[in-house]
Amino acid sequence: MQAEKATTIYEKSKPGRRASTLPVLDVPDVSVEDLLPASAIRKTPPRLPEISEPEIVRHYNKLSRRNFDLDSGFYPLGSCTMKHNPKLHERAAALPGFARLHPLQSSERAQGALELMYNLEGALSEITGLPHVSLQPSAGSHGELAGVLLTKAYHEDRGETRTKVLAPDTSHGTNPATVTMAGYETVKVATNERGGVDLDDLREKATTDVACLMLTNPNTLGLFDENIEEIAKIMHDVGATLYYDGANLNAVMGISRPGDMGFDIVHMNLHKSFTQPHGGGGPGSGPIAVSERMAPYLPKPRIVKKEGRFRYDFDQPKSIGRLRGFQGNFGVFVRTYAYICSLGGEGLKAASETAVLNANYMLEKGKQNERVNKYLPVAFDRTAKHEYVLSAAESKRQLDVRATDIAKRLLDLGYHPPTIYFPLLVDEALMIEPTETETMETLDGFIEALDQILEEAEKDPAFVQNAPYTTPVRRLDEAAAARSPVVTQDLDLLP
Amino acid sequence: MSTYTSDTPDDRAAMLAAIGAKSIDDLFADIPAGVRLDRDLNLPTGKAEFEVFDHLSELADKNIHSDREISFLGAGMYDHYVPALVDSIITRSEFLTPYTPYQPEVSQGGLQVMFEYQTAIAELTGLDVSNASVYEGPSAMAAAGYLAQLENGRDKFVVSQAVNPQYRETLKTNAHGYGTEVVEVPATDGLTDPAALAEVIDADTAAVFIQNPNFFGAIEDVQALVDAAKAHDALVVCVADPLTLGVLAPPGDFGVDICVGEGQTLGNRLDFGGPSFGFFAAAKKLIRRMPGRIAGETTDVDGRRGWVLTLQTREQHIRREKATSNICTSQALNALAGVIYLSWLGRQGIVELGELMLKRTAYAREVLGAVDGVEILFDAPVFREFAIKLDAPVRGVLDQLALDGINGGYPIGLDYPEYENTILVAITEKRSKEQIDLFAKSLASAVAASKTGVGAEA
Repeated sequence: MQAEKATTIYEKSKPGRRASTLPVLDVPDVSVEDLLPASAIRKTPPRLPEISEPEIVRHYNKLSRRNFDLDSGFYPLGSCTMKHNPKLHERAAALPGFARLHPLQSSERAQGALELMYNLEGALSEITGLPHVSLQPSAGSHGELAGVLLTKAYHEDRGETRTKVLAPDTSHGTNPATVTMAGYETVKVATNERGGVDLDDLREKATTDVACLMLTNPNTLGLFDENIEEIAKIMHDVGATLYYDGANLNAVMGISRPGDMGFDIVHMNLHKSFTQPHGGGGPGSGPIAVSERMAPYLPKPRIVKKEGRFRYDFDQPKSIGRLRGFQGNFGVFVRTYAYICSLGGEGLKAASETAVLNANYMLEKGKQNERVNKYLPVAFDRTAKHEYVLSAAESKRQLDVRATDIAKRLLDLGYHPPTIYFPLLVDEALMIEPTETETMETLDGFIEALDQILEEAEKDPAFVQNAPYTTPVRRLDEAAAARSPVVTQDLDLLP
Repeated sequence: MSTYTSDTPDDRAAMLAAIGAKSIDDLFADIPAGVRLDRDLNLPTGKAEFEVFDHLSELADKNIHSDREISFLGAGMYDHYVPALVDSIITRSEFLTPYTPYQPEVSQGGLQVMFEYQTAIAELTGLDVSNASVYEGPSAMAAAGYLAQLENGRDKFVVSQAVNPQYRETLKTNAHGYGTEVVEVPATDGLTDPAALAEVIDADTAAVFIQNPNFFGAIEDVQALVDAAKAHDALVVCVADPLTLGVLAPPGDFGVDICVGEGQTLGNRLDFGGPSFGFFAAAKKLIRRMPGRIAGETTDVDGRRGWVLTLQTREQHIRREKATSNICTSQALNALAGVIYLSWLGRQGIVELGELMLKRTAYAREVLGAVDGVEILFDAPVFREFAIKLDAPVRGVLDQLALDGINGGYPIGLDYPEYENTILVAITEKRSKEQIDLFAKSLASAVAASKTGVGAEA
């Protein structure tokens, strides 16, 4: 990666340069002042960059080389499911019939798009084991909000007021944030020694003022909760709903379905389980699938098929309403649909099986490596699903080398580090998710890299503590950035 | 057919042996029998790559897209030109395939893009700070509502009905969650009446929501609306289209606290409604409550300039139930398209493009208004979009126009029953005088035919 000094596009700007070309005015030239009230008109042009097309291309190409990406290297970022993005998907999503289709085009003139969405809903229903699907939510956390609002609507419809939502202490941070946004209080449920929900604690907290339990299964420790049937029973007995955070669905596709586990509402992260280039943090898509009793509350409009034609149905009187504009992140649907068509049911199952095989292989290789096992033991040593968590607590205690130090040294060795410091209940957590798309050789290489780093740390902890050495910048001052935030460039200071 | 996996049968056997498992099934032994799927998924068999592409091409061909008609359809998303360099840059794998920049040392490209984007949005809106994008326009407005309610603890929102109906619906869905009441104020002649707005704003009002240009394309008296809100110290949230802000005064200049909206017009394709991005800019005092990712400038241990995700203590992954939003993903790739587009347009380009749209819109308003059986619905000054009223059933007219390859626009009676037989017409820089003239001609015969019953069957 380049070590050249960073320069912004505003600093490259020079008065008079430009890239855009616009058509000449072909209608009568009425002055702006004649068309708009004086108070509505901007007095000075916005200080956007003045820069030529070749310079824009160079600028962003240079910036691109200061990024680590999945297409270039191993990216075992736990809970994010960084699997290969098939190139076919970009070609399909760019078809003009999709890419240049207006969302308010009448349903009769968007039949292909609606058919795709209808088929996708059907496939997601089969995969989750729940009969009704809404594709509207924009991301996993947006799906969570939809799910909790659905729960609220369900209880309100029954004349019940409930005030609490349960979430395990291993839950994603989005869960409690969502709970607050939906007007509930979060109650934390403890984790047992096997890494699952502590049933005694759950029974104590599952009272009739609880609206919902939000659960990830397999959870953020990568473990399948063996007591899921009992958990479902406990929640349903008090009239609460069971919400499935689908971030880890990639481990169980075609093997175990949330609907069969007793969940009422599921969100899926299409960008994780079904591929979508993560784009530096987005876009994603977070459809929800629900049981029969939750269906009346789904976001509207829904897509219906009548006499072979597809239509919007706005007539959903109990719906929670609309969660966003238009039909959702359709471009993501195209990629997901292509993925499901390519793999079929057996391919989805094979993907999950391989993801789990890869995770357990890596876990085992780490345990067999004396140094890795000594300093980075597995937090909960059970058969993992598609991800697992190591703890660097021993490395910190014996070598004074923390999870973050190991992560930074991995950068020098050409790997993207795992997720660190999550889940919160594991001290110095390193959460590893290899996914099904990596080779055995890649997984071996990563364990060897961990071994190398720990060996370096045994000899000279400071060497690892000061990593990375080969990146364009090293150990940035995050505290200073937060203390006095500079989040835009001060354009007044430019010449 | 493909699984996109890279292991061989031998690899599998070796890996299972290393684990000490007899079969893959052993790895799922902890899933209770009662919740195991004891059959195959009922989905079609996997297909070869070209078969999948052919199937998707067939579906795409069933849609009438903007290359196959002259489209005057807007109402929230617009048929603007996306320059070639946008696609060329955003499809580079280094931008396309990383995730959120959790490791800043190897994410400087993405982080700097966020910083450049934030700068452009702040400059356009006339506000101090910007986040690095949220999902899309309507949920950006809803997020602004949540911020306002956290900021001043009040429990009422006042919303003009001249705000896009989808934005209002999204706000209501969200507000119901945390128990904030939403009061709507009717629009008069396509504009928000400052007096009517002032009447319902009180000491319980957390925020007042307006849009400029509003859903009808009309230019609001933003200052009067802001003054009405400020009389009770309510926050003002203004929905705007960034592409109009080369010509229109920035919302920040009127004292607006938060400016949000849809970023699709900035170099993003229509994609049948998404993904695009929502932008979110605010006054400096609100930065610690702003939702979503924010990039901040800093230095590294060697004193080199760099960027990090900052103010993360607002966020769900640290603050959990005390977070200012639950947003985890951003629309980083779409925001990247936005900042590339704005660089392409440049300081002069955004003004010229705005003026071109404004003048062509004025022309279109004149020639369409002159069509027999058509009148301009509202008198207010407009930008890019305006409503016409037809002396004929709207569905029949739109169907008739479609036969001439013209998409006449959005029938706003779907959302506003009081405006029956009206169409919201959008004029982007792609709509030439020739196309506008063709529209007027086609509209004349469509209205005439519809009045006499020909082609009015729908």
